[in-house]
Amino acid sequence: MMPDLGKYAGPVLGAYAASIVLILLLVGISLWRGSRMRRALEEAEARQGQDHG
Amino acid sequence: MSIWEYANPKKFMQTSAWALPWFTGLAVLSMLVGLIWGFFFTPDDYKQGSTVKIIFLHVPAAMLAINAWLMMLVTSLIWLIRRHHVSALAAKAAAPIGLTFTLIALVTGAIWGQPMWGTWWAWDPRLTSFLILFLFYLGYIALWQAIDNPDTAADLTSVLCIVGSVFAVLSRYAVNFWNQGLHQGASLSLDKEEHVSDVFYFPLLVCIGGFIALFVALVLLRTRTEIRSRRLQALLTRERGTA
Repeated sequence: MMPDLGKYAGPVLGAYAASIVLILLLVGISLWRGSRMRRALEEAEARQGQDHG
Repeated sequence: MSIWEYANPKKFMQTSAWALPWFTGLAVLSMLVGLIWGFFFTPDDYKQGSTVKIIFLHVPAAMLAINAWLMMLVTSLIWLIRRHHVSALAAKAAAPIGLTFTLIALVTGAIWGQPMWGTWWAWDPRLTSFLILFLFYLGYIALWQAIDNPDTAADLTSVLCIVGSVFAVLSRYAVNFWNQGLHQGASLSLDKEEHVSDVFYFPLLVCIGGFIALFVALVLLRTRTEIRSRRLQALLTRERGTA
């Protein structure tokens, strides 16, 4: 149940929304970059393995 | 066992693979509990009304903004003194996290300040030193991007980190140094008279714990990515050499 924030509902909800968006962006970008890098490294290692195998 | 074992990328990857899920779980759990407790189950403040609920985001973000830089300072010094690559990469990995926390502190502070102080921004010692810290984070990240040689980039960013530490410390103690400005003193203090009331204090502690766990989880995740990126660059260089 939503608490009664009175006349400050706008600032309180705005602060929570802005912070949650920024945190989710940071987490999302970190995960996306991490998985992209892991894939690229696995591909490069597989290529090197083929070259040397 | 020595702490320097973790300077070995292989050892770091093994240990962080084990630790990452624990810190992630702890971060999600404590942030959910702390924020739900703070938002839904704390009363309004007699002076600040419901805006006091912003404290559960503003204070942990501001604490982490400063402490992320101090963590970067320690790892940069380790790089400069002992030349451990993992420590330089950990500093690089922490910078965007510190930047985001600084931005959250500035944004939530402005949103909180408008109804309480009647202004979004004032050139107050703490606010100004936080803005400078934000600019230092941007400069630090830009410097890493601008230099191709990773060791040179690590050297120069480490020096920048040492210089910027002055502002990180200043952000923490600005209120004490200059007894002026709009920003109040510390919300958390060992002095019972000074810190916030217990109804806000305990959910705030849970939120701070959650933010710390989130910071550690993200530093581990991003350092792992930086180590992989470094290895990938080495493999691609070797490929180009043999082609």
